[in-house]
Amino acid sequence: MNALVEAITDMREEDAVRTANEMLDRGTSPIEVLESCREAMGIIGQRFEAGDCFVPELILAGEILRQISDVVKPNVTQASDVKKIGRVVIGTVQGDIHDIGKDIVTFMLDVNGFEVKDLGVDVPMAKFVEAVKDFKPQVVGLSGFLTLAYDPMKNTIKAMRDAGFTGKVMIGGGQIDEQIRQYAGADGYGKDAMAAVALAKGWIGA
Amino acid sequence: MTTQIPVEKRAARYAEWITPPGMQFASPEVEQAYKARVQMFLDAIDLKKPQRVPVVPFAGFYPFAYAGVTPREAMYDYAKLGYALKKYHTDFLPDALAGSPIYGPGKVFEILDYKLYRWPGHGVPETTPYQALEAEYMKADEYDALINDPSAYFMRGYLPRVFGALSNFPMIGPWTDILELPFTGGSIIPFGLPPVQEALKTLMKAGEAALEWIGAALAIDGEEMATLGIPGLMGGFTKAPFDTLGDTMRGTRAIMLDKFRQPNKILAAMEKIVPLAIDLGTRSATNGKNPVVFIPLHKGADGFMSNDDFKKFYWPTLKAVILGLIENGLVPYLFVEGGYNQRLDIIVDPDIPAGSTIWMFDQTDMKEVKKHLGGWACFGGNVPNSMLKAGKPAQIKDYVKRLIDDVAGDGGYMLATGAVLDDAEPENLHAMIDAGKEFGVYR
Repeated sequence: MNALVEAITDMREEDAVRTANEMLDRGTSPIEVLESCREAMGIIGQRFEAGDCFVPELILAGEILRQISDVVKPNVTQASDVKKIGRVVIGTVQGDIHDIGKDIVTFMLDVNGFEVKDLGVDVPMAKFVEAVKDFKPQVVGLSGFLTLAYDPMKNTIKAMRDAGFTGKVMIGGGQIDEQIRQYAGADGYGKDAMAAVALAKGWIGA
Repeated sequence: MTTQIPVEKRAARYAEWITPPGMQFASPEVEQAYKARVQMFLDAIDLKKPQRVPVVPFAGFYPFAYAGVTPREAMYDYAKLGYALKKYHTDFLPDALAGSPIYGPGKVFEILDYKLYRWPGHGVPETTPYQALEAEYMKADEYDALINDPSAYFMRGYLPRVFGALSNFPMIGPWTDILELPFTGGSIIPFGLPPVQEALKTLMKAGEAALEWIGAALAIDGEEMATLGIPGLMGGFTKAPFDTLGDTMRGTRAIMLDKFRQPNKILAAMEKIVPLAIDLGTRSATNGKNPVVFIPLHKGADGFMSNDDFKKFYWPTLKAVILGLIENGLVPYLFVEGGYNQRLDIIVDPDIPAGSTIWMFDQTDMKEVKKHLGGWACFGGNVPNSMLKAGKPAQIKDYVKRLIDDVAGDGGYMLATGAVLDDAEPENLHAMIDAGKEFGVYR
């Protein structure tokens, strides 16, 4: 484990950003720095799944990665063509403006190699339908915190299916369970961000 | 050392709850029903077996969905607010009142240009309940200002960002400036300035609208108590200090980052908030003439932090608030949102006396709750909103029966929904309430 991976996984924010800068100054390639970030996030994801770290650690790691990529990205001459493993459209359903859970899922999908199109919050059905046509995702993630998100989830899934979407749909949020998965007609639901990653990876066979 | 329940203080508050001063019941039967319900609450709190399990679904905006009234109407049209609540209480006959004030006066919020929330017809659809709009209304470098003088910080720092109408309040100096004659004139100058006068006029207008609202709301609740015999379960409200900071001041993301970046500032600010939280809970319950103080718990749930962080950041100041309320003769009602499966060992704290609190759970294993809290605190909750929406009456009846069989046998228990109920099928809610009344009788 190199010093950058160690600093990120130990949640030492300043050390991590400084170490990344020092690596770049020493001539380490930007791609290698980003690779270390990915390695660190892999470890943090495993710890999260094991119940050894929690949402604050994911948020801080996201913040560290943002700061490092702000430094690294201008140094990347070619697009750092890391091959994306799949496409996901995500959003909080109509009538619900909660974004924290959705944002964490988006971040964890992104660092796990997915190309994620985030439609934001209070997303009308038509916007999801349009996005599955244009972006052609393998997976759609619907988020909702309110119990009043149940019907918008159900209606959005139906609208996407009616429009010919044949990919998988996962739902998530504080009051989502198997009963609501069935009610909404979703293919899966998850209790946290790593569950979303596992579902999406499972579906695309990654 | 275990805090002692102040027996006389609490008995006086219990008496006011069971015999509300000035209440004219419609009939002796209604009065009897009211008192019987409060007695069930008191027995459950005292860890005894009541006549039967109190059935207290936590109604959010569900009564309006049920009565065909939109959340928008509930917040603006007090006749419709009253109509829907009356229909809900009459048709379902729960043991606790869905109090009308929690839905709030839309007109007041509009006058004040309330930015912290979106409410039906004002940023979210008319059919959707109000929702908080997370942002850093308190900035990362403002902890010292808050710690130094919370009231001045609220007036001059925080609230001007929360209410557009108060955006010029930073022009007003702290009240604590006003000390002696030669320097007092200066402190009054801001009240002559047009932007401050404008803000004060707007506040007065909002105050008039708030009076109109509370008059209507109290009449609605009073009539339901007097005609249906349904008491309120909660009299006051306060918050866990970590949530005060994390919910509406710093916001979820920011408080989580602060935990790494400036942990000591959070701890110092929470110490400052503890007496304010006790005071808020005490005053509101005293005004409500009901000893139960509602405390919704948010950012200490499973997954939101480690147990070590819970013990360091969340629990000590929450515990201080709980003990402060108990010492004032009150009964803290902890509404535990999300899961607390990792926290049960911590919350059953030997300093908190048995029979002094109520704990309502959502996604926490109720057998474990019983194992940990049984004989120490009244508990309940857990009937899933998902089932009330998407399940079938028979399924709910089974669920309630199993729940009561598993955990209610020794008393000290209330049957409740796991979370605030906004959406459900009426036959499912009937099934829950009927099953609670049928299987919850103690023999």
